[in-house]
Amino acid sequence: MATTDDVRKLAELARIEVPEDRLPKFAAEFDQILAYVGQLNELSVGKGEPLLPYENVMRKDTDPTPRGTWTEALVEQFPKKDGNSLSVKQIISHD
Amino acid sequence: MTRPLNELSIVEAARGLRAKEFSVRNLWDAVSSAAKERNPELNAYLELFDADEDAIRAAQERIDTEGDAAPLLCGIPVAMKDNILIRGKVASAASKILSTHRAVYDSTVTRKLKEAGALFVGRTNMDEFAMGSSTENSAYGPVKNPIDTSRVPGGSSGGSASAVAGHLAITGLGTDTGGSIRQPAAHTGLVGLKPTYGSVSRYGIIALGSSLDQVGPLAKSVADTKALHETLAGNDPMDATSIPSSDTYDVRPAGEKMVIGVPYHLLEEGLDEDLKACFAKTIDALTSRGHTVVDVSLPTSRYALPVYYVIQPAEASTNLARFDGMRYGVRVEGEGMLGDYLNSRTEGFGPEPTRRILLGTFVLSSGYIDAYYRKADAARSLLTKEYDEAFKTVDVIAFPTTPSPAFRFGEKSDPVSMYLEDIFTVTADLTGMPALSVPMGNVERDGVSLPTGIHFTAPKGAEEHLFRIGAEVTGETLY
Repeated sequence: MATTDDVRKLAELARIEVPEDRLPKFAAEFDQILAYVGQLNELSVGKGEPLLPYENVMRKDTDPTPRGTWTEALVEQFPKKDGNSLSVKQIISHD
Repeated sequence: MTRPLNELSIVEAARGLRAKEFSVRNLWDAVSSAAKERNPELNAYLELFDADEDAIRAAQERIDTEGDAAPLLCGIPVAMKDNILIRGKVASAASKILSTHRAVYDSTVTRKLKEAGALFVGRTNMDEFAMGSSTENSAYGPVKNPIDTSRVPGGSSGGSASAVAGHLAITGLGTDTGGSIRQPAAHTGLVGLKPTYGSVSRYGIIALGSSLDQVGPLAKSVADTKALHETLAGNDPMDATSIPSSDTYDVRPAGEKMVIGVPYHLLEEGLDEDLKACFAKTIDALTSRGHTVVDVSLPTSRYALPVYYVIQPAEASTNLARFDGMRYGVRVEGEGMLGDYLNSRTEGFGPEPTRRILLGTFVLSSGYIDAYYRKADAARSLLTKEYDEAFKTVDVIAFPTTPSPAFRFGEKSDPVSMYLEDIFTVTADLTGMPALSVPMGNVERDGVSLPTGIHFTAPKGAEEHLFRIGAEVTGETLY
């Protein structure tokens, strides 16, 4: 059973706030979904069952675009800026 | 020609353009004015683009000089789902958090369409971040089904489906993670293709579930679907999941008469009776045309949807971690940097993305990852092996695309009943196999004739089998 505390904790981990009044509904829906996906427990698959055959595909990091090619377009997307710099709040305190 | 130009298919429009029955400009105007007229009612497009005069002129010149050698898509107005980047245009994935986000580059599929001379009508509405099966989860209001506006068009590519089915575009692009192209195609009487995983580049597509997502056509015919898919497919070094070439997979050739596998054990419950009758009739018609139908067993299929609803939220929560209001999109200020993250994400994401982020965070968390995520991944392998085994003796596997026809707004209000819409379609995403939905006849509901779809899955790389069997159902002759 998911409690409202569980949902609050998950939300905190995911950097989201679920409003207090919606926590019980979210917890109930969560239970419903977990009960549904819990059908998987009926299935016996060996623990070391091979995963799908994926392999990493890399490409050479070559042909860089000339400096500044994307600057204007990217800066335009910044929610807050100072000249060509992205403006964010201070993270490390000097106190 | 008596039919309005906006009602033409790609193939018909291309023929008319080459025969000089009408111009690219005429075609654009017909589509654009139909879209302007009917979009307020359908809400299929989030934005209609102004005519791109240069592109229209260039397409016309190309058809005039190259004639039949010009790409089939040249001068064709296309509807683009709002999670596909077009340089300079807003790409919001129908979310508030990206409402201000303008694409700084073209996705590979956008570039390919531009190179083919296609025109973009607008960006289409969708379930927020492609999470949903009805387009009711859009932050910008639901999309209506042009066949019956009291019903949903399906989702998440409901905007593209509604635009094409309502003739507000000649054809459209969608993305499919669990059925988001094929299910809306079935609900709006269109053909929809989820290609082989890795056959179409996802560079410039806003990701939902990276081991599942593919881009594909929503079209008025199988021939159109094939033409559009062939325009989009191909290796792309910008997408690490792109397969090297179209012959990466060793496809067992199918005879002129195909062997169709039907997993009858999956059709025993939960299926609308009228829809089941449409399916039986379609299968009978294929049999009478010389194709062989055999029963196949795919026992792990009954776990496909639970598997999907572990893997997809896990990947979604990971992919959506990047949206924090820092570098692009909407920033909602709070207390300190953490407050900015919290407020931007809390205000920016609607209920369904929030739900899936939390679910994904849960199934990936220490203590639960073995019970849920790793178990689901192992079951996914098992499912793939069952399909591989079945394809040793059959060419395609058939079942209905959806358990029932298009439903009414608000009818599926709890998450699980909505998730069940994808019960048949998710297997193709989980196995990476290509799948096609084709109209298979109509059922009557409250005096309205609603379309249904038959779903074919083929082995990886065998899109050609799908086009051939799909054309048998629609009665088309492919070029």
